Amino acid sequence: MRTGRSAFVMVAMALCLAFLYLPIVSLVVYSFNASKLVTVWGGFSARWYGELLRDAQILRAAWLSLRIAVVTATAAVVLGTLAGVALARMGRFRGRILFSGMTSAPLVMPEVITGLSLLLLFVALEDLIGWPRGRGVTTITIAHITFSMAYVAVVIQAQLANLDPSLEEAALDLGARPAKVFLVITVPVIAPALVSGWLLSFTLSLDDLIIASFVAGPGSSTLPMVVFSKVRLGVSPEINALATLFVVVVSIGVIAAGALTSRAQRRRSRDAQGAIAPPFG
Amino acid sequence: MSGRVPSGRALVIVGPYLWLLLFFLAPLAIVLKIAFSEALIAQPPYAPLFARSSDGALTIQLNFHNFLFLVRDDLYFRAYLNSARIALIATLLCVVLGYPVAYGIAHASPAARNVLLMLVILPFWTSFLLRVYAWIGILKNNGLINNLLMAVGIIDQPLVMMQTDFAVYLGIVYSYLPFMILPLYARLQRLDHTLWEAAADLGCRPHKAFLTVILPLSLPGVVAGSMLVFIPAVGEFVIPALLGGPDTLMIGRVLWDEFFANRDWPVASAVAIAVLILLVAPITVLQFTHGREAER
Repeated sequence: MRTGRSAFVMVAMALCLAFLYLPIVSLVVYSFNASKLVTVWGGFSARWYGELLRDAQILRAAWLSLRIAVVTATAAVVLGTLAGVALARMGRFRGRILFSGMTSAPLVMPEVITGLSLLLLFVALEDLIGWPRGRGVTTITIAHITFSMAYVAVVIQAQLANLDPSLEEAALDLGARPAKVFLVITVPVIAPALVSGWLLSFTLSLDDLIIASFVAGPGSSTLPMVVFSKVRLGVSPEINALATLFVVVVSIGVIAAGALTSRAQRRRSRDAQGAIAPPFG
Repeated sequence: MSGRVPSGRALVIVGPYLWLLLFFLAPLAIVLKIAFSEALIAQPPYAPLFARSSDGALTIQLNFHNFLFLVRDDLYFRAYLNSARIALIATLLCVVLGYPVAYGIAHASPAARNVLLMLVILPFWTSFLLRVYAWIGILKNNGLINNLLMAVGIIDQPLVMMQTDFAVYLGIVYSYLPFMILPLYARLQRLDHTLWEAAADLGCRPHKAFLTVILPLSLPGVVAGSMLVFIPAVGEFVIPALLGGPDTLMIGRVLWDEFFANRDWPVASAVAIAVLILLVAPITVLQFTHGREAER
C-alpha cells in the first residue's frame, strides 16, 4: 500500500489501458468483417484489404504522404539538430530569446493557425517573387518541416542538456576542430535522439490533416486528407483495413525501437528515462 | 555574438534561424496584416493593407471592421467560451484519469515500467485521425456500445452518443491522455521514495501523506501535463468535426469553416489573432515564468 501498488491504482491502470486500446482493437477486429455494415459481424474476411489495395485514390495519397514524410523528417532532423545545438551549447548570442521562442512556439500553436498563416505566406510570396508557383508538395513539405523541426529541437536540446559537456570540452582541449567534435563525440551520443526525432517528424508529417489541408493545392491530397473526406461521410470498412496496417507497422516499429533503446541503455547502464518519449524530456 | 565569432558557430545558428523567421514569424505577421484588411471578392480575397495615395505617399489602411465583427456576432464569442470550457473540463478529466496511471507506472518495477510506458506511448504513434475515427464505430447508434447494451437487454432504444458534447469530451480525453500521463510520470518518478517512509515514520497515514507530501510535490507535473492537453484541445478541429454535432461550437472549427466554407480570409485571420491573444499568449507567458521558477 505504501509503495503505491494498491488495488485502486492497479484497477485504474487496467481501465486506462483498456480505454486507450479499445478503439484500436475494434478497428482491427472490424477490418476483418465480411459485412459492409461495419458494426454488424458478417464473418471473417480479408475482402477490405483487397479493396484497399485496389483503391487508386488512397494508394496515390499514401505514396505522396510517404514521400513528403521522408523529406520532412530528414530536413527537420538537420534543422532541428542545429537549432537544438545552438540552444543547448552556444550560450548567449544575439537574438537568442527570439530564437528560443520561435523554436518552442510551433509546439503550442494551434494547427489551424499554423496552417492559415503559412498559406497566407505562400500566397504573398507567389505574389511578390513568383515562388512557390501554386501550392502542392513543396508547400506541404515546407509547412511540415517547420513544425517538425521544433519537436526535433526540443528532443535534441533535452538530450544535450543531459550530456556532460566535459566530453566535448576535453576533445576541444586536445585540439579537435568543433565540427569534428560534433561528428565524432556529440552525434554518436545523441544518436538515439536523432533517430527518435526523425521518427517523430515522419509520424507527425504522415499524420497531419489540418496544416496540409490549408497549404495543399489541387491534385496534392495527402493520405489524411483523403481519409478525412471518406470518414466524414461515415464509417468505411476500407479505412478500418488501412488503420490496421498502420497499427501493425507502428507496433513493430515502436517495439523494435523500445527493445533497441533498452538494450543500448542497459549497455550504458544509464537511467532508463525518456528516450522513447521524445516530446517530454 | 560580440567580437570575433567562429564562423562554424554562426553557420549552425543561421540556417534554422532564417527558416523560422521566414516560415514561422513572417506568416504570423501576414496574418496580423490581413486581419486588418478588407475582404474582397478577388484572388487573393482581401484588400492590400498598404496603398499609395494619390500624391504617391505610402499609406496604411487599418481596418478594424473584422474585429468589430467578431465582437458583434456572438457566434465567435460563444465559440471561444465553449472551446475554453470543453478544453478545461477535458483537462481536468485527464488529470483525474491520468494521475493514478502515472503514479502506478512510477511505482512499478523497472521492467514493468518500460512495458507500461511503451503501452501508453504506442497509441501516440498511430494516426490520430484514425484513432478518433475509431470512436465513430463504437459510439454511433448501431455501434459497438449500443449493440452490446441492446443484446444484453439493458436498453431497448439506442443511446444517442455520436454528435454530442459527450463524444467530444471522450475524444479529447482519449487523444490527449498520454500527454498528461507522461510528464506526470516523469515528475512522480523523480520524487524520492523515502518521502513516504519519512511521513509514515512520523505517524502520517498514507492518504494524508499523499495529500500533504506527494500531491503538492507533483503539481509541476500536473501543470506541465495540463498545458500539453489544454492548448491543443482549445484549437481542436478533428475531434469536434468527426464526433461533435453541428452545434458543438469550437473555435478551431469556426476558423476552418470561415476559411474553407465562407472563404473569408480576413475574418479567419482576425479569429486567429484573437485566439493567439486570448488563449495562447497568456499560457505562453505563464509557462515561461513557470519555467523560470523551476530553473531557480
